[in-house]
Amino acid sequence: MASGTRTKLLVLGSLLLVSLLVPLLFPSPFHLRVAALVWINAVAALGLALLMGLAGQVSLGHAGFLGIGAYATALGPKHLGLDPLASMGLGLVAAGLLAFLVGRPILRLKGHYLAVATLGLGILVHLVLVSEVPITGGPDGIQVPRLELLGWRVAGPATWYGITGIVLLLAAWLALNLEDSSTGRALRALHDSEVAASVVGVDVARHKLVVFVIAAVYAALAGGLFALFNRFVTPDVAGFLRSIELVTMVVIGGMGSILGAVVGAALLTVLPQALTLFHEYEHAVLGLLIILFMVFLRQGIVPGIAGLLTRRRAA
Amino acid sequence: MNRRRLVFCATSAALLATGPTFAAEPIKIGSFLSVTGPASFLGDPEKRTLELYVEKINAAGGVLGRKIELVIYDDGGDASNARTFATRLVESDKVVAVVGGTTTATSLAAIPVLEDARIPFISLAGGIEIVEPVKPFTFKTPHTDKMACEKIFDDVKKRGFSKVGMISSTAGFGASMRNQCLKVAPERGIQIVADERYAPGDTDTTPQLNKIKGSGAEVIVNADFGQGPAIVTRNVKQLGLEIPLYQSHGVASKSFIDLAGPAAEGVRLPAAAMLVAEQLPEGDPQKKVVLDYKTTYESTQKQPVSTFGGHAYDGLMLLVQAIQRAGSTDGVKVRDALRATKGFIGTGGVVNMSPTDHMGLDLSAFRMLEIRNGTWKLLY
Repeated sequence: MASGTRTKLLVLGSLLLVSLLVPLLFPSPFHLRVAALVWINAVAALGLALLMGLAGQVSLGHAGFLGIGAYATALGPKHLGLDPLASMGLGLVAAGLLAFLVGRPILRLKGHYLAVATLGLGILVHLVLVSEVPITGGPDGIQVPRLELLGWRVAGPATWYGITGIVLLLAAWLALNLEDSSTGRALRALHDSEVAASVVGVDVARHKLVVFVIAAVYAALAGGLFALFNRFVTPDVAGFLRSIELVTMVVIGGMGSILGAVVGAALLTVLPQALTLFHEYEHAVLGLLIILFMVFLRQGIVPGIAGLLTRRRAA
Repeated sequence: MNRRRLVFCATSAALLATGPTFAAEPIKIGSFLSVTGPASFLGDPEKRTLELYVEKINAAGGVLGRKIELVIYDDGGDASNARTFATRLVESDKVVAVVGGTTTATSLAAIPVLEDARIPFISLAGGIEIVEPVKPFTFKTPHTDKMACEKIFDDVKKRGFSKVGMISSTAGFGASMRNQCLKVAPERGIQIVADERYAPGDTDTTPQLNKIKGSGAEVIVNADFGQGPAIVTRNVKQLGLEIPLYQSHGVASKSFIDLAGPAAEGVRLPAAAMLVAEQLPEGDPQKKVVLDYKTTYESTQKQPVSTFGGHAYDGLMLLVQAIQRAGSTDGVKVRDALRATKGFIGTGGVVNMSPTDHMGLDLSAFRMLEIRNGTWKLLY
């Protein structure tokens, strides 16, 4: 997907339009809470979409980075007496560093070794969060202090809806620019053929590493936002199922599509709430819907629909 | 939920047809439970119990002449989901009270939402931090791990011992109970002479038990649930340790006796009255409640009763009686009525609430049992 200025404007414009429309259509705090969770999940999915779409690598432990961001935000104020926002910054740095250390040796190898390594990493993070009870609070979770900015107590789903919406727009803007940069072009080249790319002088390992670190920082950012918004975190944020959920969001929405990541996140966050109507069968219906999407829109929802539209126009 | 709405519509239509003009709008009670996921063995009986008893209450005419409408969501054991559903119960469903929160984590996540909305919340989770410190609108029905420690230590003193060797799992329940036991030991005149730990998957605990043996402990207390306690129990027999062994309420199910085999003979543990419903003496205040719940549950659900469903029964009944006494569904009035609960007899014990005690159970909620001839024997 070549993202020229027009595509960029289209993506950002549609995101802005939707985020302005939601509070008008659904003003209840419950709906705004779910919408804020969509934006938060979308930030994490965005990073993963870059990794999967651009670098052709999968991270099966991405929730581990989510957990690092969330717990840094929770533990910094408690154990180090730091400001929550500063702790969140530390969490982003920690997640980035960890991704760098893990990714540097592994991304030199061809194939899906990163998936295996991140799978282990995610499980490790979860294990530490569960068992280090004196530090992390263990499986019962831990309270996160309220964010205060210059005397302004940041509270309420409506406020957080706004904040997470702005963060998502910024994250999407950065991601679009990355796709359009020399790194993005290099990655697209190596996605098509690693051999050809390296022949024309693309440093395959370095570019993959850049995207992996960015994806980890995006996840940690989502985790930090989640902790501040929810004001309570449990090791579930770093659980294996959450990692799979993130991958599912990206695959359903459309790998490598910025808008697709947001659509995937929205679908997997909103559907469980909507499906409570089906009571005992909600999980079965959710599974069925995912199968149907995969059967009929194989490239993911956004690229799939875009493809259908252009085909119709051509016909 | 649709079926329940249908039932309600049918009954209200019948009421309209017969003439009386009072507006029988239902009383909405909300719940979020971990019906699926790792805590489903707790959440499933809780859900069945709530549905069963709301149906019974409605069949008997409801509360304040109004039917109860139950709104249950499944949080899958995830704290963030629990908070979302708590928000939904408050904002969209406009419930008057909430009975739910299967785990300590899901309860803690939901408390700020329900406190902000000033909606009475009766949690079904064990964690002591739910009601300590006391929060204005939050209550809970199950006993705490701390009470189990106290019950064991009191029994240890009664037998003339004071030196305890602790052995506990490093995971969740075991770790939490160990901390509580260490905290209350000095208050109860108990000296902890050994504090050994093992990891959840360990298949042998003889090294830890040998250390306890060398520490001069007069009794062993094991805090854990699942496989671990059975292994400890067998290891104690294999080592030929003659000192008494105490297990926690975490092993209060038949599978423990099956797993530990003959080694379980003589093991003591604190447990809820439900486990020994038939053995309770005739004069016991809980006997009728516990037996009634047990027979009702087992005859309708075709599965053995558990103490967890009992917690949901207690929560629902506490709430219904409080609404009745308050004569209103106003949050503050119901809260005040809940706080004023005195002498309520539930499956978990006799409940006496106060503004400083939002659980209201004392040590009599736990019974001391001993395993004899492969089954539970009620001691007192």
